[in-house]
Amino acid sequence: MNISAPSIASQPGSIVDQKSSAPEGKASLRASVKDLKFWYGKFQALHGVSMPIYDRRVTSIIGPSGCGKSTLLRCFNRIHDLYPGIRYEGEIALESEDVNLVSKSVDPILVRLLVGMVFQKPNPFPKSIFENVAAGLYVRGMRNKSLLHARVEQALRQAALWDEVKDRLNKPAYELSGGQQQRLCIARALAPQPKLLLLDEPTSALDPIATAKIEELIDQLVKDVTIIIVTHNMAQAARISHHTAFMHLGTLVEFGETEQIFTNPREKKTQDYVTGRFG
Amino acid sequence: MTSQTKSEGRIVAVSRGQDMAFAVLGVAVLVLAMSLLAALIIDLMRDGLSRIDLQFLTEFPSRRPASAGILSAWVGTTLIMFVTALLAIPLGVGAGVYLEEYAPKNWMTDVIDVNISNLAGVPSIIYGLLALGFFVYALQLGQTILVGGLVLALLILPIVIVATREAVRSVPSGLRESAYGVGCNRWQVVWRYVLPSARPGILTGAIVGLSRAIGETAPIITIGALTFIAFLPPSPLQGTPPFVNFDWLDSPFTVMPIQMFNWLSRPQEAFHVNAAATGVLLLLMTLVMNGFAIFLRYHLRRSLRT
Repeated sequence: MNISAPSIASQPGSIVDQKSSAPEGKASLRASVKDLKFWYGKFQALHGVSMPIYDRRVTSIIGPSGCGKSTLLRCFNRIHDLYPGIRYEGEIALESEDVNLVSKSVDPILVRLLVGMVFQKPNPFPKSIFENVAAGLYVRGMRNKSLLHARVEQALRQAALWDEVKDRLNKPAYELSGGQQQRLCIARALAPQPKLLLLDEPTSALDPIATAKIEELIDQLVKDVTIIIVTHNMAQAARISHHTAFMHLGTLVEFGETEQIFTNPREKKTQDYVTGRFG
Repeated sequence: MTSQTKSEGRIVAVSRGQDMAFAVLGVAVLVLAMSLLAALIIDLMRDGLSRIDLQFLTEFPSRRPASAGILSAWVGTTLIMFVTALLAIPLGVGAGVYLEEYAPKNWMTDVIDVNISNLAGVPSIIYGLLALGFFVYALQLGQTILVGGLVLALLILPIVIVATREAVRSVPSGLRESAYGVGCNRWQVVWRYVLPSARPGILTGAIVGLSRAIGETAPIITIGALTFIAFLPPSPLQGTPPFVNFDWLDSPFTVMPIQMFNWLSRPQEAFHVNAAATGVLLLLMTLVMNGFAIFLRYHLRRSLRT
């Protein structure tokens, strides 16, 4: 039953060797998910998920459609709270902040001030490029012009967009291409220096070149920020993440180092999925 | 093989025939509707256009048709529209935004929802009766510009609310989610992102409402607007501080549809010409308002997404 290296992993240079930028040494915890359950009305979408999120590492969540991977990601910044009839149980503990992100007593706005998110479709605000990146800073009460400018430039540089937009910061964000828009959304999420950066299938609406740029970017960003990415693209998960969580039917089937998940999974279901037998 | 080709050829022919038949029918209906409308407008123009000159706009109504003008009517209409817009747009947008973004989804909201849609269909004279009983008699506001503006605002409020809700609902949820995602509270999301995106739709609704209000006669007559009025309301602007005054709100008034109605009920033919001329101007005002709306909508859309 032990199939030798699955197809994705067998592509040369597709796994860990690319992640040269990852910090050396043992990773410390950034957050931990503890027995997290989630309901949409009567439907239970998450059945007690527990997993660690390591500091300044990329954790990818993979699994077939409807497995709850996006649902799990959206718990981290309480976007679910916008819709009626939802319920959380369990804990997402953010280390160093001593806060349970999904607790009823924690205001979702506080959570979103701590955790940045980038969505599947690039969705810049109908405002200028500058105002897009500064949006999170305005919300945090930052009004000082030069400080705003410095932070916007820093975020755009981090998102590898600065050189492309530095001469047209006051132009509407809709003038950018799809890939640029998505990097703008990443800059927007980065500007307030979040404790966690959530990426919900950030490249699924982009062409391969724009996708490659985003992946390169993630590789750079992870030096400074902890990233959780949901992707349906297994090759992508294998390429860019240090840890991988495989979900199926609202449960976490397996969590481990990405290399181990793709080359030597402990669970048969994981192996079937990463080798393309189902999903 | 041949039979198959034949039958496929037949299917194509039938399809084309159907498309053609519907296209012809559509064009016929369109031509009929447009020519009726055109006939109406041309007739109105032929009767009234020659009567329109500067003097017609700057004279008060008179016993002599040749020297009668619509000064008090168009000033009244303009002031009333101003009051109506000032009341109906903020109230309607506020209510629409509340219902879409804030109101809990329960049976109360559903009841309100159904009632607002129904209110849009209530005959305008009912609003006139309400205004007569409530504003004129109960609140003792008199037969004034304020009351005229109030009743027309009430009349178009459902239109503005429904248009606002539609516009707010059509803002993509992705925009909303990313606004909440950067840490905005509800007010910030609505004010900074949802309302600007919904603005073209809201604007269209507001103008449609105002275009309806400008032609309304029944509720204005019901509250007892004067049909013959030979003075202007006090000017809203004045030379001494505080430079604005609100006495005009308290002034009696007439509006263009009433002036038309009044002239049409006279026996002399010459007054009917005056009425037609007023009609042309009323059409023109509506046209300008709609044109303005289209311009703004186009302009806003372009600034929103390129």
